[in-house]
Amino acid sequence: MLGAPPALLLVPALVAATFLVVPLVTLVIATPWSRFFELLGTEAVRDALGITALTSVATVVVCLLLGTPLAWLLARVEFRGRSLLRAAVTVPLVLPPVVAGVALVTALGRNGLIGGLLRDLTGVTIPYTTVAVVLAHTFASMPFYVLAVEGALRSSGEEYDVVAASLGATRWTTFRRITLPLALPGVLAGAILAWARSLGEFGATITFAGNYPGTTQTMPSLIYGALQSDPEVARTLSMILLIVSVAILAALRNRWLVRP
Amino acid sequence: MNIRRVPVLATLALLLPLSGCSDDTSNGEGTTLTVLAAASLTETFTTLADRFEADHEGVTVELAFDSSATLARQAVDGAPGDVLATADEATMQTAVDGEAVSGGPEVFATNVAVLVTPPDNPAGLTSFADLDDDAVTYVVCVDSAPCGRIAAGLLDAAGITHEPASLEVDVKAVLAKVTSSEADAGIVYATDAVSAGDAVTSIDIDRAEDQQNVYPIATLEQSTDAALAGEFLALVLSDAGQQVLADAGFGGGG
Repeated sequence: MLGAPPALLLVPALVAATFLVVPLVTLVIATPWSRFFELLGTEAVRDALGITALTSVATVVVCLLLGTPLAWLLARVEFRGRSLLRAAVTVPLVLPPVVAGVALVTALGRNGLIGGLLRDLTGVTIPYTTVAVVLAHTFASMPFYVLAVEGALRSSGEEYDVVAASLGATRWTTFRRITLPLALPGVLAGAILAWARSLGEFGATITFAGNYPGTTQTMPSLIYGALQSDPEVARTLSMILLIVSVAILAALRNRWLVRP
Repeated sequence: MNIRRVPVLATLALLLPLSGCSDDTSNGEGTTLTVLAAASLTETFTTLADRFEADHEGVTVELAFDSSATLARQAVDGAPGDVLATADEATMQTAVDGEAVSGGPEVFATNVAVLVTPPDNPAGLTSFADLDDDAVTYVVCVDSAPCGRIAAGLLDAAGITHEPASLEVDVKAVLAKVTSSEADAGIVYATDAVSAGDAVTSIDIDRAEDQQNVYPIATLEQSTDAALAGEFLALVLSDAGQQVLADAGFGGGG
């Protein structure tokens, strides 16, 4: 037996837990519940919820399609500059979201390096569209996904890949039949991390994509706007987002995530 | 609250040694006039306060900048203050209703909305009505902000149905979208267009004065020196004071 937990660990642990839980409890208390369903039914909230749902799911799909191969590349292929590439693609993880938005403008804005070229050649501009929201979210979320999947690929080990190859499987078949299934818990955890990051993304979105109901206004943008005029509405909208995210996380955890 | 501390500290530094030798300090030295002013008046009122101090030896003007609503509430609560200047008449009315106002209020400035474009005006706009074109990407403030309400009113009055590309959280964000050419145009206050300088070209909006912001100023009941407070009001309303405001893009009072 290890004995009773020492106060030196127990007290800070309780302080930490209290600090994390109390603001959420006070948010629940401060929510004007009488207006909850009335607000939930308004067009602005339904639009913003729809955009948030659409863009966060699209972000996860882009992460799955592009982030999985990148994670595989970083975990399984030896090449010069691999650690440099790994460091570079994880920078958005620590970047302040507004900086991410400013960086996206310089690349994909109407006068950005790529965005300007695209506009000159095709007349298409990216900012102020739902696609721009997905791009901003993907920029912020993909590093979380790539790190999670790369970790899973490394810890599942290369031995099974080697066995498959020795039995005549091509590298693609090995990836599809052996590597990916073994890394599936990491893929799911990474997808949930990316989705959660996308759900709360605000700074890069409003800087790069703008804020317009029905096209680019996500829940966090709507909450920020409401905060200026009616804090009660802002608290209610925050509560809606909290309920949605907790409900989905709980559902996913019960269904797929096995406790460690 | 944003209080200019340097003059206060300077005053304290002057007074402290005096109090040590129990000298008479009630000879007019160290009189402080406290001015509560809307945040959008930061630059102009700092200039006017410096001028007032230069004209009144021994008087220190302490400026407190905050939102008009906060300042009006403070005035009603009896917070120390001699002069109150707000960015709209409604908040000033709350101070009048709270019986905090002793003199005034008088309108000393107005701020109208203007259309701004990047210096090269990529969409070739010449008038406000040109916004009504699907090829034009323009941005305004979100409806919950005062600048957004004014913009929505002007767009509505001009019969413009082409919608903005984005509703920015405040007027500075609108200006940033225009100066970075991420938008062809934006609706901001005339004072913002002036402070942006060469980074934008501004286009007047017809009948913008129908939706303008009106700035009233008043002296407060709790003023300890009503005459001095009245003199500050007079400076703001004088030709010299009006010139300082006009240079910053404000319209005249009246």
